[in-house]
Parts: sequence; C-alpha cells; structure tokens
Amino acid sequence: MANKSSAIVPSGAKPKPFVTPQRFLVYTVLTVCAVFFLFPLYIMIITSLKSIQEIQSGNIFIPTMTPTLDAWEKAWNSACTGLYCEGVKVGFWNSIKITVPSTIVSIIVASLTGYSMANWPFKFSEVFFTILLLSSFIPYVVMIYPLVIITRELGIYSTLPAVVLVHTIFGLPLLTLLFRNYFASLPAELFKAARVDGAGYWQIFFQVFAPMSVPIFTVAVILQVTGIWNDFLFGVIYAGPTNYPMTVQLNNIVNSAQGGKAYNVDMAATILTGLVPLAIYFFSGKYFVRGIAAGAVKG
Amino acid sequence: MDRPNPLFRNLSSKLASLPMMLIVLGVFVGGTLWTVLFSFTNIKILPIFTPKQWMDGFVGLANYKRLFNSDRWMSCPAITKIGQESWQFKCTGAMPNMITYAILAIIIMISLGFLLAVMMDQKIRLEGMFRTIYLYPFALSFIVTGHVWAWIMSPEYGLQNAMRQMGWESFSFGWIADRNMVMYAIVIAGIWQGTGFVMALMLAGLRGIDEDIWKAAKVDGIPAWRTYLQIVLPMMKAVMVTTFVLVASGAVRIYDLVVALTDGGPGISSDVPSRYIYQNFSANLGQSLSASTVMLVSMAIVLIPWIRMEFGKKSQG
Repeated sequence: MANKSSAIVPSGAKPKPFVTPQRFLVYTVLTVCAVFFLFPLYIMIITSLKSIQEIQSGNIFIPTMTPTLDAWEKAWNSACTGLYCEGVKVGFWNSIKITVPSTIVSIIVASLTGYSMANWPFKFSEVFFTILLLSSFIPYVVMIYPLVIITRELGIYSTLPAVVLVHTIFGLPLLTLLFRNYFASLPAELFKAARVDGAGYWQIFFQVFAPMSVPIFTVAVILQVTGIWNDFLFGVIYAGPTNYPMTVQLNNIVNSAQGGKAYNVDMAATILTGLVPLAIYFFSGKYFVRGIAAGAVKG
Repeated sequence: MDRPNPLFRNLSSKLASLPMMLIVLGVFVGGTLWTVLFSFTNIKILPIFTPKQWMDGFVGLANYKRLFNSDRWMSCPAITKIGQESWQFKCTGAMPNMITYAILAIIIMISLGFLLAVMMDQKIRLEGMFRTIYLYPFALSFIVTGHVWAWIMSPEYGLQNAMRQMGWESFSFGWIADRNMVMYAIVIAGIWQGTGFVMALMLAGLRGIDEDIWKAAKVDGIPAWRTYLQIVLPMMKAVMVTTFVLVASGAVRIYDLVVALTDGGPGISSDVPSRYIYQNFSANLGQSLSASTVMLVSMAIVLIPWIRMEFGKKSQG
C-alpha cells in the first residue's frame, strides 16, 4: 500500500448525488403531510383576522388584505356563551384556578405514591399498582356517576375542590407510573447509602431524591397542565357553571347562535383556548415528547 | 421481645400511599363494581350502595335487552337488497359508530404513523421541524380540534364553498352534514390530532432497533423497503401492541371530539357510547349503566393484546 500512496485514489463509497429520486420522494411525502397538519392552524389564524363580511363573501383559504384584531378582542372580552357575554377570559381565569391546584395536588400524591412503590414496597403494593395501571383505561364516562355520588357525599359537588379531586384521581395512574419508573431507575446504592446514614422515608424523598428529580417533575407538570387545561368533561360536570374552564366556555360560545354565527370570533376563541398548551408544547418540546413517551411505554 | 406489628412496618410509605389506596378501592374498583351491579337494577335516582336497594331494584338483564333494542345504541337492520345485484348491510347507532371510528382510526393512524416514522428515519434535514409540525395537534384539546375542523368542513363557507368559488362547480364535501358520511369526518379530525403521537412512538421504536440488523440486511443485499417490512416491522411488535392499545382505547372512549365537531348530529347519526351514556344519566339511568358496562367490556377486549404481551413476557422469564 505504501508505495502507491502518492496517487490520490478515491476511497470509500461513491458519493451520492445531492438529490436522488428516493430522497425526493421522502421529502415530498413529509412536506405533503406537514401541509395537512399545518392547514387547520393556518385556517384558524386567517379566519380570526377577517371581518364577518369577508368570511361570508370570501374564500376560506385566502387570507384577508385588511387584517383586524376585532374578532380577538370580541372573543376575549364580549363573546356570548348563552348565559352571559363576557368572552373566553372568564374561562381562562377559571382554567387557571382549576389547573394550578390540580397540578400541584396530583403531583404531590403521585410522586409520593411512585416513590413508595419503587423504594418502599409493602404487602399488596404491587397489586394496588397493577389495578391502578389498569384503571387508566376505564372510560371516564363510566366513572362520572360514582364520582357525582362521592363528591355529593363529601359536600363538594359542583365546586372547585370537586374538579381538583377528580383531576387528581384521573391523573394518578399515569403520573404514578412515571414517578415509579423514574425512581426505580435511580441507582440502588444511592438509596442504600442514605438508609445506612439513618435517613428515613421523608428525609430520603425530600433531601436525596426530590433534588435530583427536577426533570421528571418538569415532565409531570407539562403532562398535567396540558391534560387538565384540555379537559372538557370533568369541567362541565364537577366544576359548576361559575367555574367552567376555557374549553367549556369555548364550546358554549361556538354553539350559542345569538345573532348569527361569527366564525371569526369562534376561531379567535379557539386559538386563545389552544394557546396555553401550544405555548407549553413549543417551549418544552423535548420534555413534552418524553412525557407522552413515558406514558406510552408501560411497565 | 415483642415483634413489631407488621401492619406498622413501612408506616410512612403506607401513609403516603393511603390516598392512592383509597382512590383505587373507593373510586376505581368501587365505582366499577357499583356501575356493573346497578346496571342490573331499575334504579332511577342517585342511590348509595345498599344491598337492599340492589335487591329491591333487581331486574336481571332487562336494561341490556332494552339497550340493544334501542335504535340509538345499535340498530342492525337485516341485510337489505338495493337494486338488482347490490346488497347493503349497515348498522347504525352509537356502538357501530364507535366501532367504525375505531377500526378506521387504528388502520389509518398506525399505517400513516409508521410511514411517517420511516420517512423521518432517513437521516433527513429539519427532522426537528417536521416532528414539531406533526405533533403539535396532540397538544390541543379535542374541543379545539373539533371546532376547527367543523369550520373547515362546514358546507356553507368551508372547503366545499372555497373549491366551488375557485371554479370546481361540482365539488362536494358535506360530510359533517351527511348522515352516512359524518363518522368519516370525525375520523379525519381524529387522525389530524393523533397521528403525530403514533409517529413519535414508532420513531422511538425504530431508533431502538440495533444498527447491526441494518448492516446485516445490507450485506445480504435486501432492499431497504423489504428490510422495513419484513425485518424491522416484526421486531417492533411491542411498540405496535402499545400503539394499538392506546389508539383503540382512545377510540372506545371518544367523546369531546364528537361533542365539538358534530354534537352527535345530524340528528343522532354520529352519536357515540360515551355521549349516549352521558345523555341518559338523568332520564334513563339503568340503561346508561348497562351501556357503561358494555363500554367496560369493550375496553377489556381492547386490552387483551397488551395483557397477553405482558403476561407472555413474565412467563418467558
């Protein structure tokens, strides 16, 4: 080999041309699908910027030449739900009132449960955990009536605590799984060392595990905030009309037919309702994907 | 020396798990049993569980008989003959609607999701951008998805109107107002929302496959598409089962999307079991509970592949 080294001979595989038919096909399929997925977002935005006359006379695909934020203003402040005309802003604040305590309570309960399951198993804890996992598949409507009875007996039906309780209950299976798997993946020596040093259940949780579990808590917060924000059924049933979350408010606005359909206002309200989960999604992409993947890979 | 009471061993752990145990026993197990048991009674108002109420109200399978005789739940007219040669067999009602949705959603979402994942796996540029685009609908509420698609598919001002304005006079797309097509309109919206999620699961599965498999297939001269179909696909069984169970269980419990998109209309032609149950709580509780039980059974059927896989894993060691 050495005496042939002066000549520059091409080595390795033949370089591929920049565009092969195969790559062209791949990018075409990906782009066509991307257009399909982006299309509703585009329609939502351009519709919300039109005036109602333009919607009636114009074309759904074509953006307006004279965009206006009137529909947004109306959707936020004065759109009618059939009961009153205060826009989706009422629902926005209600959703915050529901989401914040529900997220906090459900994560506290689930992280402790997951920690117990992973590190302090007791008799029947595996049985409970298995039932809990299977329960995540129970259709929500099946549980509505029993939960109406339970919340009524607790005296909280149709109030904020009721909806927080229900979100905690239905968030528990997935979150417990998330935390259990995470704590089980931490090195066992860590737990043992803390035990040898005399730390107990709470000390290990707060001083050893919690500080090193920020990523999983982040994933849990993202999962819960988007899930609870997007909930409709529990909000309708347990929150009571004064606490209706944004999704319920949006649905009522779109369905109320007062003075003809205002599609531009409807679409502005729709975007506003989707804005919080979308913002979370765009700013936390990696964690969001991790959250849904963790939920999917069971066991 | 007294032995410590075993009940108090790991006391903190038990205390911290107490809310979970109460929820499992009181809500999930208790609520399910309550629903199933009272589906055999003719109760009308909110009872608490008392054995006496149950005994007094016991009507056997009457609720189930009425349920399956109700056209709103399921109506399968005998095979009807239309014209000279063609036959039609079509079931209508909440249950067949849900099954239609489930079958289509499973087939389309899994095949499209797999296709997209394979494309994404070709070391493409802008992978992050494509993934963000495919997955963002999954972050949205079904209510949001439903209203957007209701607007796009609105026959009056939506796609149909736009196409006609642009000169395609005969273009017709009025699925959400058509009793026979409305479920397909819901499928479109469901696919839009969920395919990105399936793609993400499949992509994770593809990335988990050993590089050596690819090298071996290449050495053997097997074309890439055959490697995907005949080698990689069978290796992704676990991911496929998980995806199937997640998509199918989502389809069984479909509710919000239908409420926002069609609210069961036109008429009740896009009603689904969840909506049927919810609508009947006040008027027809017994029937609602028997429908709930049918839904639980449907969900159990959907879970069979997953349970078999988990069980199989354990028995293998």
